Amino acid sequence: MDNRTEKKREQKPLTGSFRADGKPLDIFEYEQAGGYEALRKAVKSMTPRDVQEEVKSSNLRGRGGAGFPTGQKWSFVPTGEGAPIPRYIAANADEMEPGTFKDRILMENSPHMLIEGMALAAYATGAEHAYIFLRGEYVTAARALEGALAQAYEKNYLGKNVLGSGFSLEMHLHLSAGRYMCGEETGLLNSLEGKRAMPRAKPPYPQVSGFMGKPTVVNNVETLCNVPHIIRNGAAWFKSLSLGQDGGTKIYGASGRVKRPGAWELPMGTTIREILEVHAGGMRDGYKFRGLIPGGASTEFLIEEHLDLAMDFDSLQPAGSRMGTGTMIILDDRTCPVGMQISLQSFFARESCGWCTPCREGLPWIVHTLNSIEDGKGEMEDMDLLLDQARLLAPGHTFCALAPGAAEPLMSGVKYFREDFERHIREKRCPWPME
Amino acid sequence: MLSEKELAEVEKELAHYEKRKAGCIGALKAVQKHRGWISDECLKDIAQYLEMTPDELDNVATFYSSIYRRPVGRHVIFICDSVSCYTVGYRELLRHLSERLQIKPGQTTSDGRFTLLPAACLGVCEKAPALMIDEDVHGNLEPPEKVDEILERYK
Ligand SMILES: Cc1cc2nc3c(=O)[nH]c(=O)nc-3n(C[C@H](O)[C@H](O)[C@H](O)COP(=O)(O)O)c2cc1C
Ligand code: SF4
Ligand code: FES
Repeated sequence: MDNRTEKKREQKPLTGSFRADGKPLDIFEYEQAGGYEALRKAVKSMTPRDVQEEVKSSNLRGRGGAGFPTGQKWSFVPTGEGAPIPRYIAANADEMEPGTFKDRILMENSPHMLIEGMALAAYATGAEHAYIFLRGEYVTAARALEGALAQAYEKNYLGKNVLGSGFSLEMHLHLSAGRYMCGEETGLLNSLEGKRAMPRAKPPYPQVSGFMGKPTVVNNVETLCNVPHIIRNGAAWFKSLSLGQDGGTKIYGASGRVKRPGAWELPMGTTIREILEVHAGGMRDGYKFRGLIPGGASTEFLIEEHLDLAMDFDSLQPAGSRMGTGTMIILDDRTCPVGMQISLQSFFARESCGWCTPCREGLPWIVHTLNSIEDGKGEMEDMDLLLDQARLLAPGHTFCALAPGAAEPLMSGVKYFREDFERHIREKRCPWPME
Repeated sequence: MLSEKELAEVEKELAHYEKRKAGCIGALKAVQKHRGWISDECLKDIAQYLEMTPDELDNVATFYSSIYRRPVGRHVIFICDSVSCYTVGYRELLRHLSERLQIKPGQTTSDGRFTLLPAACLGVCEKAPALMIDEDVHGNLEPPEKVDEILERYK
């Protein structure tokens, strides 16, 4: 590793100020670490357009999984005379993508960072209301955020006439009631309106017509947490943190049979191998690496030959995968690839909202077929039928990205572990029985 | 009939929203905290209070997994069956729990102490395998016998 990379590795704007005991930073500790300086700077000396421009040139891309450029997203919000009001900011803190736990860590440890990021997003888009859409199971994060919100109001970082600037912002915490579709941005808006979390047709995009039909920006928690640092230290600094084109650091994670499952803030573009072998400590004794899903359940499997690829938004595409949420799930040699697939597809089947036929009917059928293969009752023809079904879930056939997300680990799983599937069928049993 | 205390908490939920309807999920959760689950009778009362039809509210209530439209035990165990936990001993944990409590997912123990429900990823995959009892997350449950001592804390 050269010196430059080593230097970059030491910069941890998101997690560097965390307390050692895992308790949330209170407002004084957060301020001591430079917190709310960016908000002060923005409302006192920058126009909303300046804030947008700074974020645009930082190359911050959305950390919710799709990597949409954040500054560009904000620029779609109509502002100025005659633009619709009120406008809204929603932090997507639903985090239900299996294998993903990075936003939880940010909110539990540094709740003010999210609040400041949202306040900056609100200032940049002229929003007066902001909602934190938090999954209900995140009880510790909810407590941390509730406390932080009260403190932020008390110090007038929120509320009327923020720091005497004339800019006002009301922020609320909304606790969700459990459904993966709430994380899809238009499902989130429906849920926030007290409806089923069904997705909406796009366009119109939420930036134009979102919560209550008004312009709304929906951003991921990690995306928003980066914003204060960009405004405080500048776009050039933010770009310099990364090893590639996309700006900043990234919270990467690893789960499965590695020595040290966890999450680490590293330069954007760190290789899979470094995350797996250095930070996660490699495989646990007695387990061999077989493959991984790089960024949550709805991304494609990768194998040994891909380990030297960089984890960023574009580098995994040639290998047919994508970074997604950046939290990887490892498949070891003692776990049945068919069983793992059953777990994945059962999740998608259960969480489908039922709107589109291929998703509503196809996913249960896929789970059924996988179960019969696992139980030793599969036929060779099932393999092609599985792939046919997976193709029907592809983008363009369904209303939202849940179904295409289900197809990603399925098609790639069959591609890389086909021999294991076929062994089940030939031997009429699972070669990995439970002890 | 909703109690005074329940009504006050429902009102608190509604305060953040321009339309009463928009607060319905929070309202359901607030009442459920007191009653354990949402009966038909209770659903009707809440709907009336929010100026919704019971069907309209039920449509929402049944969509979300942490709103119970059937009675549950004194404590609800949500066992994570998602992929990270699957690779790190979910099946062994489920088998152990089922044997110990003599119930399958979806069932309640005969003494009404525990209901066992499957859950999607609890967002603590670095501590897999994991489960949640009421509002507490418990992780690193490998070997599965580690859960025995934890169950004792929920009477
Ligand atoms: C089924 C489904 C679930 C999703 N869940 C989440 C989620 O929990 N958190 C999140 O930030 N994005 C989630 N997304 C992506 C959001 O729709 C949206 O792209 C994202 O919040 C945008 O934020 P960003 O631009 O900051 O990345 C989900 C998408 C789909 C299709
Ligand atoms: S793809 Fe699935 S989850 Fe998405 S809208 Fe269609 S049925 Fe609903
Ligand atoms: S997969 Fe079980 S907690 Fe995430």
